Amino acid sequence: MTNDCRHILSMKDFTKDEIDFILERAVKLETLARGGRSEILAGNILALLFYEPSTRTRMSFETAMLRLGGSVLNLGSKEASSVVKGETLADTIRVISTYSDAIVLRHPSEGSARMAAEFASVPIINGGDGAGHHPTQTLLDLYTIKKESHLDNLDIAIVGDLKYGRTVHSLAYALSIYGANITLVSPPQLKMPDQIKGDLKAMGARVSETENLEEVLDSVDVLYMTRIQKERFPDPTEYNKVVGAYKITGEHLENVREDMIVMHPLPRVYEIDSSVDDSTHARYFEQSFYGVPIRMALLTIVLGVDV
Amino acid sequence: MTLGKELRVHPIRDGTVIDHINAGQAMNVLKILGITGSSSAVISVAMNVSSQDIEFKDIVKIENRELKDKEVDKISLISPNATINIIRDFGVAGKHRVELPEMVESMVRCANPNCISNTNEPVKSKFEVKKDPIRLRCIYCEHMITENIAEHLL
Repeated sequence: MTNDCRHILSMKDFTKDEIDFILERAVKLETLARGGRSEILAGNILALLFYEPSTRTRMSFETAMLRLGGSVLNLGSKEASSVVKGETLADTIRVISTYSDAIVLRHPSEGSARMAAEFASVPIINGGDGAGHHPTQTLLDLYTIKKESHLDNLDIAIVGDLKYGRTVHSLAYALSIYGANITLVSPPQLKMPDQIKGDLKAMGARVSETENLEEVLDSVDVLYMTRIQKERFPDPTEYNKVVGAYKITGEHLENVREDMIVMHPLPRVYEIDSSVDDSTHARYFEQSFYGVPIRMALLTIVLGVDV
Repeated sequence: MTLGKELRVHPIRDGTVIDHINAGQAMNVLKILGITGSSSAVISVAMNVSSQDIEFKDIVKIENRELKDKEVDKISLISPNATINIIRDFGVAGKHRVELPEMVESMVRCANPNCISNTNEPVKSKFEVKKDPIRLRCIYCEHMITENIAEHLL
């Protein structure tokens, strides 16, 4: 039955205790995530249905399943599947449910994962639904913060496209559950929508806003950078100006807190200079790796296997 | 006395009087009921009438018709204080205020063009209804409709 499945659709579906449970499960699995293979999910098949390009999400799910001893089915390209024949997502989900034990879905339409959950007879994991949710990214971000900094009494600056960026909305929401002190840093045209800010405050977060990145650098535990997309700016000169103002280099890190960490969901383009990569503050590649233990944890949970 | 001459709308024998419609929403109520210029039904519409309860209101009277639940739910979305009076043989046979449902299905189109409910997928649009003020939250993409709800009615 569909309703018996534990789907992973949106961070809004999780309580703090449930998030903590997932993060603890990931801690247990991290050593295995770094190398080796187990039989924890032997005999289980994970279907990867990606209607949009993905490197990290798709490959880290695949790695997670293989490390747990399970197998992976890939949709392959859209062109090689029934999608080009006009098959609905609902039908595809119904069919793939009979071939697999869980499905990871990335789809360009918002709400696609929630709709898929209505038609699936196996758990659906949302791997990104358009500009909607990407809960596994948020969970790996939280895991990175927990491992490399601290979730309680956190001072975090979230920088870049806070209007359209799907990861930052979910992340800010989840951090609110932990009562974080959040500083939103963005150009005026990419500010976080008022409605979301209102929700965050109502949930217990302390939220402030600035357009000046340098103003916040020395007072945060985590600097979370995001990409500013060129297509958001009708005027290319305006884009170039903004991109320059929201880029960090090694020089910016001279007066920051000693244990401050820099995160980024990747791919980065201009927003973090390569001179930051070798600093003690850079954590974005480690963050990317943490996607594996988090996705391992989620797979064991949705497939009902204790670790 | 000129009372008789001041009567703007005649009483009806059988039908429905929708009273306390938010001022300016009468035409949207007609749209919800599928009443167009080519309908043969006898309809009376009063707009911007002064009222004791609210400053101004609209009233719609329809002869020989009682409303379906779905029509009443739709009216509640654009006029949460409207009252439905069922008239039989010139008397009020039933009177109730519309009730805002907690969830509406297949009544509203999501305003987010990229929502899965706006594709050819076999799903009905579903919205959670929030009150004071009325807001509709799409259960699929979570987009919130906060104004001009009438424009989004299916």
